[in-house]
Amino acid sequence: MRQRLRGWLGTALVRETGLTLLAVALAFAVGTLIIWAAGFSISAVFTNLWRGAFGNRISLGQTLTQATPIIFTSLSFLIAFRCGLFNIGAEGQLYVGAMAAAVVGTVLRVPAWLGVPLCLAAGGLAGAFWGWIPGLLKARRGVNEFVTTMMLSYVAIELTNFLVAPRGPLHDRTAWSNQTVRIATTAMLPRIMRPTQVSMALVIAGIAAIVVWYFLFRTPSGYELRSVGQSPAAAEYGGIRTPRKIVLALTLAGFLAGLGGAGEVLGTHYRFIAGFSPGYGWDGIAGGLIARAHPVAAVFAGLLMGALRAGGMQVQRARAAPGDIATVLQGLVIFFIIAPMLIRRLLIWKRRRN
Amino acid sequence: MTSDQGGAMAELAVRMEGIVKRLPGVVANDGIDFALERGEIHGLLGENGAGKTVLMSVLYGLYHPDAGTIAVRGRKQSMTSPSKAIRLGIGMVHQHFMLVPRLTVTENIMLGSEPMKGGLFLDERAARRAITELAEQYGLPVEPKARVEQLSVGHQQRVEIIKALYRGAETLILDEPTAVLTEQEVEHLSAALRKLRGEEKSTVFITHKLSEALALCDRITVLRKGKVVGTVRAKETSERELAEMMVGREVVFTVRRREATSGQETALRVEDVEADDDRALPALKGISFELRKQEILGIAGVEGNGQAELAEVLTGLRPAKSGRILLGGVDLSGKKAHDYIARGIAHIPADRQRRGLVLSFTLKENAVLGQHRNPRFSVGPFWQKQRAIGVYTQEIMDAYNVKAPSPSALAQNLSGGNQQRLIIGREFSKSPQVIVASQPTRGLDVGGIEYVREQLLNMRDKGAAVLLISMDLDEILMLSDRIAVIYDGRIVAIKDPEETDRQELGELMLRGAGEMAGRAG
Repeated sequence: MRQRLRGWLGTALVRETGLTLLAVALAFAVGTLIIWAAGFSISAVFTNLWRGAFGNRISLGQTLTQATPIIFTSLSFLIAFRCGLFNIGAEGQLYVGAMAAAVVGTVLRVPAWLGVPLCLAAGGLAGAFWGWIPGLLKARRGVNEFVTTMMLSYVAIELTNFLVAPRGPLHDRTAWSNQTVRIATTAMLPRIMRPTQVSMALVIAGIAAIVVWYFLFRTPSGYELRSVGQSPAAAEYGGIRTPRKIVLALTLAGFLAGLGGAGEVLGTHYRFIAGFSPGYGWDGIAGGLIARAHPVAAVFAGLLMGALRAGGMQVQRARAAPGDIATVLQGLVIFFIIAPMLIRRLLIWKRRRN
Repeated sequence: MTSDQGGAMAELAVRMEGIVKRLPGVVANDGIDFALERGEIHGLLGENGAGKTVLMSVLYGLYHPDAGTIAVRGRKQSMTSPSKAIRLGIGMVHQHFMLVPRLTVTENIMLGSEPMKGGLFLDERAARRAITELAEQYGLPVEPKARVEQLSVGHQQRVEIIKALYRGAETLILDEPTAVLTEQEVEHLSAALRKLRGEEKSTVFITHKLSEALALCDRITVLRKGKVVGTVRAKETSERELAEMMVGREVVFTVRRREATSGQETALRVEDVEADDDRALPALKGISFELRKQEILGIAGVEGNGQAELAEVLTGLRPAKSGRILLGGVDLSGKKAHDYIARGIAHIPADRQRRGLVLSFTLKENAVLGQHRNPRFSVGPFWQKQRAIGVYTQEIMDAYNVKAPSPSALAQNLSGGNQQRLIIGREFSKSPQVIVASQPTRGLDVGGIEYVREQLLNMRDKGAAVLLISMDLDEILMLSDRIAVIYDGRIVAIKDPEETDRQELGELMLRGAGEMAGRAG
């Protein structure tokens, strides 16, 4: 018994990682079957998938650019998840964060060392506000955060849409598309992999992952937040004020997603563009699950998702298959990550029933 | 007993030979021989983890043994599934009931063997009639039309037993049936089992309570660490002998109740406290008492008379509607758990797995639960002192004998006894002024019970005021300096244990104080 425990503990991390990699491998195997069954060339699809994701500097840049916001939204999802909450609204939090960063970045006339942090803070705080509302509703009134975060997400998307629509207050009159004017040069995040769009936002995402890890596993507050997620009754017993933790978790979730949105504006587009996100917020749910709610793993999950997106585009361009194949693969990865948990649950349930 | 091979006269209900069952990391059954005669009540006794439930799960077809044979009524069988066991007339009532809460009693009992009418329709009426007959025959009253979710635990257990009988059980396995029952319900159950015995039906009675095994069983088989220590006739043995067989050493039975030295100064004063239960019905209807320093005040009562709510109110987990809770002159009513902890109230919760521990957390994380903001373990909100927490956890593990591979092991991987030791270690290491101990020994084995009781006395002698809430009357009598009887949300009497006995306390627990008994008629 003792030895078994010790052995198990020593390899918990190894085992979790192994299971995840296995899930990815299985997903690709089943994906291959689907490609074959649909009548596409397996080799053409995978060659293009690889080429689009890592083939050269440009495609690698594409992967990293797409991965950046997904890392943020994955962190957003998992920090709420650790408190036993579902933040389905990262997409909207991303949009309000982007908008706030764009507004501050246009208006401010200060040096870069001050301008960039201010814009990032604005983005984060706007997202945080968007997460704080569902948090408060959940803590005070028990309103299901699943519903409120999702609904507020649509509010955020439509609200920002309105602001940059042709007759909206922030519309750039010189442009045909629905967007704000360009932000000040001093608000821009430096590009780190020219000629691609990869910016310092990627580095910030990495730092954010470490900070989230530190927060969750090395601070009393993170400890409390995890307690509430793992066992609300025991947390209450330990004198932890659950409602506060719920508000905190959703606010932080919003902050992280908002920061991701700010990164998009300050590092990639240099302005707010309506509909700029192809669903990064939703990808964050997948990313958080693939990472098994571990902040450092979320970086890798984000990279995987980014690679699938970038590769999928190349598959489409080369007409090897519809680009949706990337989405299929992504879905399969999630399926195989969650399936073992489900199977284990089912087994336990069956044993109990017997 | 000699092995009457194949003799039709002394045909055994069940014979298990050389049963080996390995579970991950442990040999749960290590070559067990077990013989169940027809028409006997056979006690299966042993500490937690001795292999009692595993052995019976093998018989019931839930586990496939790695070696060994099973014969039912003289014929060798391979028990491939519970449905096979049921066909062979074996029924099992688990510790956790397997009923569908939303269905009625009749529906639950019919489930799996529904009587049909005209080949198409359920004949519920026939089923109900059969159930009523069984209930009357064995003195196991059930309410056929009630939904299971509305029934008490004791009632649900009767439903489970009738379900087994309805399916034609000749052999009944009961896994710790009395753990959830009141003393009165235990009596009724015993009577029913004796009636079954009268009809040549056999019962296996899994328990770790010595007195019950002695009172009820004809023979008792004792298991220790997956092996049979021996089978004895109940009439020819004693509690002491059984205990020795169970744990393999002399057990100190009577924890000496050292004389409290002072015990006059008030530690906690509860004044007229009222509170609701989870269903928003009044559970505490004006509770008042005083808890003194250096004493153990036992709360005796039948489960469901407000004990659970009292423990929660006194630890800030449940709001009091009215009344005052005074700790050192400060009124704590209306405060949260946080404030109670800060004021030095320690709590051993009745539900240690749900309340007392975060099972998926490590021992380290659990060891500071409630004190995680203490400067000893954290620097403001920014840093948890991992080192200090690790050292502290190791200290608790050493001092309170928590057996675990390391402070980083997960709480869920510990046995029940070790989990309880961890909780007790954590709570007592805070040097609390007041300890609210709710069912502190429930579900523990003999060694664990002894240990917990010693620790409670130890804390009392160091000056702590201990409120001991327990369903176990012997425990209350053994440990308490004063005994308060709770009935229907009120304290109806406070007694000196030297001047009272089980009879008087039992009376008070069941009927309340004199004038109330009169009113209740």
